[in-house]
Amino acid sequence: MAKALDYESLNENVKKTAYAVRGELYLRASELQKEGKKIIFTNVGNPHALGQKPLTFPRQVVALCQAPFLLDDPNVGLLFPADAIARAKHYLQLTSGGLGAYSDSRGIPGVRKEVAEFIERRDGYPTDPELIFLTDGASKGVMQMLNAIIRNENDGILVPVPQYPLYSAAITLYGGSLVPYYLEEEANWSLDFNNIRQSIASARSKGITVRAMVIINPGNPTGQCLSEANIRELLRFCFLENLVLLADEVYQQNIYQDERPFISARKILFDMGPPLNKEVQLVSFHTVSKGYWGECGQRGGYFEMTNLSPKTVDEIYKVASISLSPNVPGQIFMGLMVNPPKPGDISYFKFEQESKAIMESLRKRAHIMTDGFNSCRNVVCNFTEGAMYSFPQIRLPARAIEAAKSAGKAPDVLYCLKLLEATGISTVPGSGFGQKEGVFHLRTTILPAEEDMPAIMESFKKFNDAFMEEYEDYRGYSRM
Amino acid sequence: MRRFVAEKAKRALSSYLLSSSRSLPSPSLTSSPLKFYSTAAAMASKLNPPVTVDTLNPKVLKCEYAVRGEIVTHAQRLQEELQTQPGSHPFDEILYCNIGNPQSLAQQPITFFREVLALTDHPALLDKSESAALFSSDSIERAWQILDVIPGRATGAYSHSQGVKGLRDAIAAGIAARDGFPSNPDDIFLTDGASPAVHMMMQLLIRTENDGILCPIPQYPLYSASIALHGGSLVPYYLDEGTGWGLEISELKKQLEEARSKGITVRALVVINPGNPTGQVLAEENQRQIVEFCKKEGLVLLADEVYQENIYVDDKSFNSFKKIARSMGYGEDDLAVVSFQSVSKGYYGECGKRGGYMEITGFSADVREQIYKVASVNLCSNISGQILASLVMNPPKVGDESYESYMAEKDGILQSLARRAQALEEAFNSMEGVTCNKAEGAMYLFPRIHLPQKAIDAAKAVNKAPDAFYAQRLLEATGIVVVPGSGFGQVPGTWHFRCTILPQEDKIPGIISHFKAFHESFMSEYRD
Repeated sequence: MAKALDYESLNENVKKTAYAVRGELYLRASELQKEGKKIIFTNVGNPHALGQKPLTFPRQVVALCQAPFLLDDPNVGLLFPADAIARAKHYLQLTSGGLGAYSDSRGIPGVRKEVAEFIERRDGYPTDPELIFLTDGASKGVMQMLNAIIRNENDGILVPVPQYPLYSAAITLYGGSLVPYYLEEEANWSLDFNNIRQSIASARSKGITVRAMVIINPGNPTGQCLSEANIRELLRFCFLENLVLLADEVYQQNIYQDERPFISARKILFDMGPPLNKEVQLVSFHTVSKGYWGECGQRGGYFEMTNLSPKTVDEIYKVASISLSPNVPGQIFMGLMVNPPKPGDISYFKFEQESKAIMESLRKRAHIMTDGFNSCRNVVCNFTEGAMYSFPQIRLPARAIEAAKSAGKAPDVLYCLKLLEATGISTVPGSGFGQKEGVFHLRTTILPAEEDMPAIMESFKKFNDAFMEEYEDYRGYSRM
Repeated sequence: MRRFVAEKAKRALSSYLLSSSRSLPSPSLTSSPLKFYSTAAAMASKLNPPVTVDTLNPKVLKCEYAVRGEIVTHAQRLQEELQTQPGSHPFDEILYCNIGNPQSLAQQPITFFREVLALTDHPALLDKSESAALFSSDSIERAWQILDVIPGRATGAYSHSQGVKGLRDAIAAGIAARDGFPSNPDDIFLTDGASPAVHMMMQLLIRTENDGILCPIPQYPLYSASIALHGGSLVPYYLDEGTGWGLEISELKKQLEEARSKGITVRALVVINPGNPTGQVLAEENQRQIVEFCKKEGLVLLADEVYQENIYVDDKSFNSFKKIARSMGYGEDDLAVVSFQSVSKGYYGECGKRGGYMEITGFSADVREQIYKVASVNLCSNISGQILASLVMNPPKVGDESYESYMAEKDGILQSLARRAQALEEAFNSMEGVTCNKAEGAMYLFPRIHLPQKAIDAAKAVNKAPDAFYAQRLLEATGIVVVPGSGFGQVPGTWHFRCTILPQEDKIPGIISHFKAFHESFMSEYRD
């Protein structure tokens, strides 16, 4: 009897889906790790896995929420500062029965209010907590929105190339069409509106209805921080082309240059006034996984809807209710992130110290990594202005490309596999994110500990030079 | 008239836009493209924004989930009214009996579990000597054990996409101890509650609307919603109310054949044991028949076992379907079984943590790769929930410092649940025209109400299903929220509602008396 579920009878969309961040390279790295090799996992933005410590205050608060009987213990003050105790009581009061009860399917109303207040402080415009839904990580929110938008394979979603492959994976899973628009590497990964217009026209000529546009700001894997002018033009574009803008802003705290601070798409939209501010549909995503918090394992996130009709919001609420509620501890982390200790609070000094140290170190590491890559003659690397990644372009010699073809692998996959075997550095090949034809990249994170960075970059350079030695065609180069 | 005019204007504008958007001005004119297009585009957008209810994914529009549906929204409105206008209703509080959410109704969490979670959430506590005064020694020890299996002791890092390996080892050991048959940690996928795991399986199994999933009627509406969301067909099989919600193989066969005759490829069979909303615990012999049936017909057995620790009768016990299959000598090559478990139910009731897993057996390596791939897109489930799942499957043992207090808490909760199930069942059975099967397990009662024709007509007159009409009247008179049976499915022409057994024990007498009073007055109004 044939198996009830075999490969052939699987949902085709599942088979077509790819998610390189935990794909071939990661699986190979895990195998090598099991064999005893030391692996440096730079394949995913997972700060705590590379030694970044959690911020103290949120962990204190959530621990108290987990064990509320501690609050009654006379010795609790020996272990927890008074403001953590007060904050735990505050959040427990906002829940419908502590951490163990399903909350409102959109998230605890009191926490959504805190998120709304944060957004208002950040942008200078008020927002409605009813239009903010907390989710188990931003990814779940992205998937919910894409699932709501995509009806069939004729619905297209504009996605930047290179992109974080959650978008391509979700579009494939839900049976839609990915409409790529290329970021301009030579212009610091900025938006190229001619290319965007060409992409949309080309899609439409094939009968695709382009429904939405994804923007990742700061960029992943590319790290660029978009200029205000770029975002304005983008919003105008969405208005004219009738697209809902999906603004992935999960890296908004990770900014390593001062020329282009983070400005939310929503703020710019409202700055632009009528008619755009009432017409352009926008969904903005945020998370506790990135920034200087790095609390990936908590699965805390939210999305905020602007200019979606009440009926649409109701339908999205309905889908959220099927999964009952996002995890409550993750919601509390979100509340704490948008409403951190303030000057004067007992825990403020330590919180500030911890946060600053992480941000300063990330900025330093962004530089170390960019410079390290650029010191290799066949590597060109844009500066990591934001986010957590470096996305160097690796110029591969013709013989390497041929070798890859014979091995049945994309050239950057071959390069990354060899890098892994030689140095233990586990990266993600650029093909996992999308890139222009014939141009190769890899994505690594800037997350390894600062003291390990010089050795890592040195190890990379050594490998790269040896690789080039092996594959370079000497006819074009003089060895003198 | 207005609609006609709007449609005409829409058509005129879209053709205008179509011609103009293809020839956007060159960059030199970017100083005023907005002015050029603003009026036309603005009007078009007002009529036709990119995302409206009309342009949403139709599968999203189609799916329903009554547990948090209309009656609950209504209840929330009434609750607000109670706060802003005290005395505006004939009751003082809303009593939510619609959802299996024990801790929202004052059920206390298990102390040992919360001690461990507090320590793993804030490991710095383990380095402080003062902690010994606040935490039990075995919770400290368990926290260390758990942190030792988490790479770098980093509970804030994404784990392996199936969940932390060491925690899966512990869960597999717990499954093996429970069943007497081995469990492979690589078969386990930890998820944010059992529901995402159910969705994953539906996504894998459903290719088109010609793929069918056999579901019990009545069922927990996650299944109908998930099948609708994934574009498949729900193939109903009716549980027999007359025999305590018995699951007859003849009924399964009949429904399977009927579906196949309509061109449906039936892929899987969902069995909820103990049942939701029906509460029955399957007899072993019945389970064996079900296993044989799946093997013979080539169906994946999806075993929802989230209520495995909620059993209130002495003559029944929980047997996992995997255990039954293995005890029949069936292994990986004979049939595929997916078992779902959750931290939300049982005596732990940790709904808000979103912890759960599925154990997948009987799939080929290439299928398992695909399952892993889908799991990896979301990276991993929340770590705290993963830790809790490992605790639930490996609670304190005899000799542990916390064992006695743990057992007291556990027994206290389970015995109270059994008492409440009994009290409510008796109450429902005492009401005119109401019959209620025993809740052998789970957290619900699903009484049948024989509604008089006058009531059915009254319901039709306001465009409501009769059980929804009854539930609404109940809510408005007493503040009690139940879910109409139509939300779960029922034999056509029969009416039910689902009521949880979760309100605090001291509130049960009041609930019973108010419910009875309402029912009497309802029947007086509509009696034939």
